[in-house]
Amino acid sequence: MSTVLDERRAAAQAGPRQRPARKPLRRGESRLHPVTWFFVLAVMAFSLVPFYWLINTSLKAGESLGAGELFPSRPTLDNYLVVFRNPDFFLALRNSVIIAVVTTAVALVFASFAAYALARLKMRRKALLLTLILSVTTFPAIAIAAPMFSIWREIGLYDTLIGLIIPKLTFALPLAIYTLTSFFREIPRELEESAYIDGASPFLAFRKVILPLAVPGLATTAILVFISVWNEFLLAVTLTTSPESRPVPVAIAFFNGTSEYDQPIGAISAASVLITIPLVILVLVCQKRIVAGMTAGAVKG
Amino acid sequence: MTSTQKLAERPRTFGYDRAERRLAVRMVAPSLILMFLVAAVPIGYAIWLSLHQYSVRQAGLSRFVGLDNYLDALSSGAWWSAFGQTFTFAAASVSLELVLGTAMALLLNMTFRGRGLLRTLVLLPYAILTVVSAITWQTMFEPTLGLVTTVLRGLGLPGGDIVWLGESGYAMAVIVLADVWKTAPFVALLVLAGLQVIPDEVYEAAELDGSTKWTTFINITLPLLKPAIVLAAIFRTMDALRVFDLPFVLTRGANGTESMSMLAYTELRENRLVGEGSALSILTFLTVMAVSVIYIRFAGGNIRAAAQEKQ
Repeated sequence: MSTVLDERRAAAQAGPRQRPARKPLRRGESRLHPVTWFFVLAVMAFSLVPFYWLINTSLKAGESLGAGELFPSRPTLDNYLVVFRNPDFFLALRNSVIIAVVTTAVALVFASFAAYALARLKMRRKALLLTLILSVTTFPAIAIAAPMFSIWREIGLYDTLIGLIIPKLTFALPLAIYTLTSFFREIPRELEESAYIDGASPFLAFRKVILPLAVPGLATTAILVFISVWNEFLLAVTLTTSPESRPVPVAIAFFNGTSEYDQPIGAISAASVLITIPLVILVLVCQKRIVAGMTAGAVKG
Repeated sequence: MTSTQKLAERPRTFGYDRAERRLAVRMVAPSLILMFLVAAVPIGYAIWLSLHQYSVRQAGLSRFVGLDNYLDALSSGAWWSAFGQTFTFAAASVSLELVLGTAMALLLNMTFRGRGLLRTLVLLPYAILTVVSAITWQTMFEPTLGLVTTVLRGLGLPGGDIVWLGESGYAMAVIVLADVWKTAPFVALLVLAGLQVIPDEVYEAAELDGSTKWTTFINITLPLLKPAIVLAAIFRTMDALRVFDLPFVLTRGANGTESMSMLAYTELRENRLVGEGSALSILTFLTVMAVSVIYIRFAGGNIRAAAQEKQ
């Protein structure tokens, strides 16, 4: 099918069109119908306006906050100062980074072995195993959080970082295996076969040939797992209680601004904006990887 | 042993196959053991906890009560109202996400200046914390400072003085909206991936046959997109049935927005009812698993066929 497309592209480029050959047009959709433009703008507005309002709210304080101005008349960074003066905010950031990095690393190490075997090696009941692994990602987190709450309180892991990392692996590991399996499948088989011909064992072929080639796939998987662990809320809120172990989502949900004179919504908005900036940068930088990872398992089967 | 000898030996000898299978087991085993420890063991313990009643006054004191906790839950209004509210949320949010996500995918599949920008913008809500998405929509609907309420009031339209998160139907609507905003992009990307593998020839043939854009979409594009849309529907439904973050931040489960997970959490953490909370967790688990089995039963073949086709 790709050859057909390539032919079409070649034909389009060689054809007698006057347009610059930089971007060949597809199916004459160069100029959008005004109605389509309206939809494009509507989608952009739907994506952006709520962000704008969050930032807008974070820049207002005092009377201006309740006045409902579309543009803050006297923008102030007071809310951001409240966040920066709150030590819990930085503690939460530290906790989130530790939890997300450790969970992602552990999941990736375990998953890279499992995913390779599931993608490439001969194995009994492979389909059943993959289904089983995928089904774990649909478990409701409350079914893990409830027993963990009881176990951890008995053995003293309640309200600790390690006590949060372990149950987070429940969901990070299958997600990593599932995504990595579809990436390993894309690596051409010929590469391993030539390694076998050179006398390599399957494991050596995995370590020396496949793993280095899979670095982009590993990076994509790491980003997806990191975002999902960073975002996870139910386990985090059930298994922590003090600022020393609360990660960012829980800290923000319980953020009260520390100032009794202002409505806390201003400071909460400021904290939300601050925490969103790194993620926005991550999305801008890794856009292609994220899209590839999200759709990898879906399209390639 | 030289490499030529090895090559001659290689074609599927029995010993080689067995070595490969053994390696496969060794590579999968660590993950399976870890998953058993962090998934199966806790759920098993949750079942055990749910069959007991615990003293609120004295820690560690418990007695076996059989299925009493389940019977209590199933005969209570709280469980069934959380059950109904969760499915209402799932039905509303997933259907809106599928429609909006497909529309977004069709737009993103067109070639126009600004497409890259649109794709980035669309992806942004997906990457932010669900909790932040909840807070964002809280600022939109706040009675005094919200954009929606302010605009409605400014235009003199009804709705400006509604306390959106304080009333039953409206609170659910805001939660659905927050979910659609955050996850329609995910549907869009899945559907877009499906759109991009439809060969152009199909459209050309339709055009030659004099099919209009709309009939082409209904009769050709949509059926070819079905596997991608079904897959998106499954992913989204599974997520929607587990909804927790949005009601937690926006309403704490009040005003007709208590989800199954919320209810179990409240019993467990706020009311310290370990047995009852565990029973509700297991009921939530069984409900979600039942839905996933139904989905796979009815749509599994569809997906498998699509996967094979594309390999």
